[in-house]
Amino acid sequence: MSLSPGNRIFKNLDGSEGISLAASQKRGDWETPKKLMEKGRAWIFEEIKASGLRGRGGAGFPTEKKWSFVKKTGLPSYLVVNADESEPGTAKDRAIMLYEPHKLIEGALLAGFAIEASVGYIYIRGEYYKEACILEEALREAYEAGFLGKNAAQTGYTFDLYVHRGAGAYICGEETALIESLEGKKGFPRLKPPFPAQMGLYGCPTLVNNVETLAVVPTILRRGAKWFSSLGRPNNTGTKIFCISGHVNFPCTVEEEMGIPLRTLIESHAKGVRGGWDNLLAVIPGGSSVPLIPKSICDTVRMDFDDLRDVQSGLGTGGVIVMDRSTDIIKAIARLSKFYMHESCGQCTPCREGTGWMWRMLERFSKGDGNASDINLLEEISYAIEGHTICGLGDAAAWPVQGLIRHFRPTIEKCFDDFKDHGKEKISS
Amino acid sequence: MTACSKNDFDNRCSSSPFSFTKENEERAKQAISHYPLGREASAVLALLDLAQRQIGGWLSPEALVCISERLKMPLVKLYEIVGFYSMFRLSPRGKNLVQICTTTPCWLRHSQEIYEAFQKRLGISYGETTKDGLFTLEEVECLGACVGAPALQINDDYYENLTPKKVDDLLKQRKEKKEKP
Repeated sequence: MSLSPGNRIFKNLDGSEGISLAASQKRGDWETPKKLMEKGRAWIFEEIKASGLRGRGGAGFPTEKKWSFVKKTGLPSYLVVNADESEPGTAKDRAIMLYEPHKLIEGALLAGFAIEASVGYIYIRGEYYKEACILEEALREAYEAGFLGKNAAQTGYTFDLYVHRGAGAYICGEETALIESLEGKKGFPRLKPPFPAQMGLYGCPTLVNNVETLAVVPTILRRGAKWFSSLGRPNNTGTKIFCISGHVNFPCTVEEEMGIPLRTLIESHAKGVRGGWDNLLAVIPGGSSVPLIPKSICDTVRMDFDDLRDVQSGLGTGGVIVMDRSTDIIKAIARLSKFYMHESCGQCTPCREGTGWMWRMLERFSKGDGNASDINLLEEISYAIEGHTICGLGDAAAWPVQGLIRHFRPTIEKCFDDFKDHGKEKISS
Repeated sequence: MTACSKNDFDNRCSSSPFSFTKENEERAKQAISHYPLGREASAVLALLDLAQRQIGGWLSPEALVCISERLKMPLVKLYEIVGFYSMFRLSPRGKNLVQICTTTPCWLRHSQEIYEAFQKRLGISYGETTKDGLFTLEEVECLGACVGAPALQINDDYYENLTPKKVDDLLKQRKEKKEKP
């Protein structure tokens, strides 16, 4: 099973073609935005619902449902594009912004039109300077061609789209933190409810969607919901961009059909695991926030929301981090814990303190300093964080640790035993 | 970032106030115009970034005063923001800010060797600046370029698929590079 070139949505993910408006139009972008919009808002909602599109930012929430929550209240409504991609293992939105910027802009126009927003902001992480420049240029082209601004695409509808650069904070990828940041504050996540669809940016109804989610909307509307839902499996339809990084022969960003077996994905696109499939230790299948899965599960698991959930992991962002047998798995997860410690905003005590505890314990474990009851304590701490914070960062920090303990407890214990036997030599060397 | 008391602050403020250059003033106005009336605060990240670029990679107390007056935000809010977002800094740095990503995907592909190569060539560790003021070395969290791991960022530019050998060329290239205004 592999996605045929004709079914690919992103034809320029490798950057082999041009990114200008003219080059994008050759690939089908901006073909008939007016026709699509003239079919009406209800039709757009119907199509997106029938396509089964689920959010591509990590949570996999049905897109049409999220759109439908944005109700007209008399206040202006806003569209916010979440381009604050910072999840370790993930660089898919970056590829879209670098090589397919017009897909995102057209998607934003159509989504903005559907929810009756007249202004949209693309919140892009600050480090992506080149990507922001490319978006600015693509926006300029789209304005010049009359697709944005007053009377957008000659439909009489007004839609302005701006780029808003962040300044280095992973937490701003959380939608309410992103809104706070857009308002010119620290990126502290808000308590929900009210959800952004009711009270978001400036207290107005706001739709926050991931880059990839919006970028596939124009193609779905053009080729039809039937086509999109014929790909993948029920409840996990369409295509998805996967980023394969770590110990593979050819790290790459690639679009594939949902539900592709993980092994096929790695072997057909990333030219296999370094040293062959049998050299595989574990894979983090959906960006750093999801629990890892050991080789025995990787042999058969399919890359979609439901199949990965059934093995106690998740599709997340589709960032596949591959680790071969040479990996010190405890250190690999300890480094992720350090990441979460650094990125915790500090609002909730369990996350602010807990992420640091977990990192320090794992660092100690990686040296072999600990005993079996310490592993239980670490597990307990992870459950004390999970579900006890305002936003999902606490969960995201806890899950990789839980995955490690679930599948690699014997490895940790062996590390302790080695330390007991050879610890002194280790320290002196 | 270090905390700054009122006294400290007065001492550090020089007599010459900060103001944007003509081009940056235009850019600042444009950034503010993207947001609804009364929501000018939304432009704070854009203005801080502009000021930081103008000063040469850090924010002076005068610049913060200028922006706080411009956006009608209390000064302390600006300090909060500058402390929260990792891209802002309150003290000068080297001309080239080398930020090495060491999060797991880069670590798996030997980012440690890249750091050691820099350490050897420049004679500095994380958080330090070379004596000639050309390079500052920093460890950062995920740059979002995992497919091109190991990756690093120097000022605005990303460099990917690095090897210790490539570090030499990179350093040479950056030494000769003239910064865009």
